[in-house]
Amino acid sequence: METRIRLTVDGRQRETSVDTRTTLLDLLRERLDVTSPKKGCDHGQCGSCTVLLDGRRHLTCLALAVAYDGSEVVTAAGLTGSEGDDETLHPVQQAFLDHDGYQCGYCTPGQVCSAVGVLRELGEGHPSHVTEDLTGPVAADDDELRERMSGNLCRCGAYPGILAAVREVAGQPAGGIA
Amino acid sequence: MSAVEQPVTPLERDAIRSVGTAHPRVDGPLKVAGRAAYAVEHREAPYDARPLHAWLVQSTVARGRVLAVDAARAVAHPGVVSVLDHTSAPRLQEGEDRELEVLQDDRVDFRGQIVAVVLAETSEAAREAAGLVEVAYDEQSHQAAFEETEDTYEPETVNPEMPARTEEGDVDGALAGAAVVVDATYETPVEHNNPLEPHAAIAHWDGEVLTLADSTQGVHPVAQTLAPLLGLEQAQLHVVAPYVGGGFGSKGVPHAPEMAVVLAAMTQPGRAVRLAVTRQQMFALTGHRTPTRSHFRLGADADGRLVAIEHEVLEPTSRWKEFGEQTAAPTRMMYAARNRRTGHRLVPLDVAVPSWMRAPGEMPGMFAHEVAMDELAVACGLDPIELRVRNEPDVDPETGKPFSRRGLVDCLRRGAERFGWSERPAEARATLEGDWWVGTGVAAATYPAMLNPGNEARISAADGGHYDVAIGAVDIGTGARTVLQQIAADALGVDASCIRLRIADTDLPPATVAGGSSGTASWGAAIVATAQRFRADHGDAPDPGVWTQAEATDAQSEDHALHSFGASFAEVRVHRWTGEVRVPRLLGVYSVGRVINPVTARSQLIGGLVMGMSVGLFEESYRDPRTGHVVTQDLATYHVASHADVRDLQVEWLDEEDPLASPVGGRGIGEIGVVGTAASIANAAFHATGTRVRSIPVTADRFL
Ligand code: FES
Ligand code: FES
Repeated sequence: METRIRLTVDGRQRETSVDTRTTLLDLLRERLDVTSPKKGCDHGQCGSCTVLLDGRRHLTCLALAVAYDGSEVVTAAGLTGSEGDDETLHPVQQAFLDHDGYQCGYCTPGQVCSAVGVLRELGEGHPSHVTEDLTGPVAADDDELRERMSGNLCRCGAYPGILAAVREVAGQPAGGIA
Repeated sequence: MSAVEQPVTPLERDAIRSVGTAHPRVDGPLKVAGRAAYAVEHREAPYDARPLHAWLVQSTVARGRVLAVDAARAVAHPGVVSVLDHTSAPRLQEGEDRELEVLQDDRVDFRGQIVAVVLAETSEAAREAAGLVEVAYDEQSHQAAFEETEDTYEPETVNPEMPARTEEGDVDGALAGAAVVVDATYETPVEHNNPLEPHAAIAHWDGEVLTLADSTQGVHPVAQTLAPLLGLEQAQLHVVAPYVGGGFGSKGVPHAPEMAVVLAAMTQPGRAVRLAVTRQQMFALTGHRTPTRSHFRLGADADGRLVAIEHEVLEPTSRWKEFGEQTAAPTRMMYAARNRRTGHRLVPLDVAVPSWMRAPGEMPGMFAHEVAMDELAVACGLDPIELRVRNEPDVDPETGKPFSRRGLVDCLRRGAERFGWSERPAEARATLEGDWWVGTGVAAATYPAMLNPGNEARISAADGGHYDVAIGAVDIGTGARTVLQQIAADALGVDASCIRLRIADTDLPPATVAGGSSGTASWGAAIVATAQRFRADHGDAPDPGVWTQAEATDAQSEDHALHSFGASFAEVRVHRWTGEVRVPRLLGVYSVGRVINPVTARSQLIGGLVMGMSVGLFEESYRDPRTGHVVTQDLATYHVASHADVRDLQVEWLDEEDPLASPVGGRGIGEIGVVGTAASIANAAFHATGTRVRSIPVTADRFL
């Protein structure tokens, strides 16, 4: 069965008909040729399909596309900006480069989207499993960042570089990965 | 284009300019934006039309015959184009690799084998139809439990072509007279590589040329392996792999899914066919690390000097294709002892064939050896570092050749200093902090410096002082694309910005696999040799358009034993009531020759250490012997290290160069980080709790 839906993907209006069995991830990758979100497991276990869905990080492999008619999707590719003809990177993306927070790059677009989502959640004061004080603002310390980024697996093991990148953008003194 | 053979001279020290500097990854901007195209993401010609989607149907019995494949309901599903089985798939030429004989006969050799392939217009249709294919089997009895059987045998060789058995001196006599003996068995489980990008490929057949965008560690090896089976000339197979989402060995050789998508594409000339193997399917179809059982007997005199080393390995292979892991290989060169014996015996099982996983041989073998050494240190009342220092060989015990550099003791001493080893209590179970037993442990690491023949590079002069450098190597995340540019720059004596490097395409000169930590040395040697020949032929101011293609000879000393070394130090905390195991600190110090790029090298070593911790604490695949089915077939049941597991994790390397090992002076770094790490964790857990764990993963239940 096919249904027509409308989405905004990385700032572009997309209208398409989808098989009702289609996940948001497959819609993006296989129908709309938006391949920035990756498929690592298709089961919500690796985080590589993470995008910002209506502003919050979301696993697209666990979302049926028909349920998101009218939504706004921002992928890692949509986080970049431009200056003249040149593409500029989002501060989180730049920090991943500066700290070599990746190797093969397959988990990276998901890590980047997750990190942007994490920084927003911290800014809004959302507590996590490791937050001690549930009454005040949440500090973006290493334990918080590690905990919140743990839904994004990196088989290349770039975690120290990823942590350094997110920590830097969170405004903490950058420890580097050395 | 044909290549000349060029004896290569190691790069002079004053030519080293870009090499050794922190060059950011050249493909970084594409990767962080998600614009790097991995296998099935290719949309350029000939993949531009909407590809067909292939879906694999797998056997549900461990051994038997396919009686019938009933695809009627599948074919009737909207969007389905065809279903291939062993009666309808294109025929292959005779070969010697049973794993690649996909859909060629009715034999089922293991649970999860490909028995049919569905082709459909969408992935949803293909997937649903795969569930509608009904396969009838004549099921036969199977053996999937790893235990001694009457079929157990000693192979002629183990991977890649090492003798299965070595023996020197009188091991039994020396053990009988030894003051101290450690006699214990160590085990490692089935592990799956699980690169984050599942195996995937998109194929297109135009009747003449087969084009394949593959997720592989070697484009040329894929073409070399598949072409003869398909009855094609190698030039008719065009393989590219510009971006690969990790491999760790499982993408080092083509596996059955690659053949499946190629066969499917050949039934649909003019139409691209894509196959994205699912995470679940990878647990049966794309290789794994075989479980190992290492029986060690170490004999030492009262001072802890080894008089005998014996390492006997028992491990499974598949019954239908032999793969013997070289688990005892590192034992042959690691420590000095006059009397030494190593051997491997294989138990043939009706299971998927084991294959390479990061440091095959060294990872499981050194886990066993280094825990045994820790036990010996305890038995001798010696500090574990001192024990290793006392057993340093003067020359390679196996070959008698001098080591180009034996950096082990330097790594141990440097690591001890940095880790604060001198503060360590000598006794186990000495420190309780709150509810946590705390301990530290050390283990040695080693990995051979391999340099493969069969690599060629092509260098052409371009306008404006630029050079085009081409080699069919692959960057699976190692940083090859970046470091080869640096090597080419120094070899030609120009700035790195003058180099335009092309890789990952079989249209480029032949290159060997990104595996065995051999890539940078092997491909780099070809580039250096070609640059030297290019300068000799065309001078320092070449006319645009002139080119040279060459293969390196004499790239590595044959008179030396060439090995990297390392030492890993772990702090482990074990919860006194729950047994929970944590690793708050991990340090690896390595002797790897010259480091080409400290940025990518650090990430490689860190990644190895993280995987070493991951296998030490979490990774274990469970195969149900009743069905032959790997039940832990996703990332929720097969655990790998996540962000929260990795705490204070540091790596460093010794400042050195090894021109005997490779023309650029490096010895390869991709694998050594995963060696020894799990042993340092098990040894630290013993120091924390007094409980000796002789198998990985080191899980909570061991301490309760
Ligand atoms: S692909 Fe969505 S979590 Fe793994
Ligand atoms: S960079 Fe390879 S999985 Fe994270």
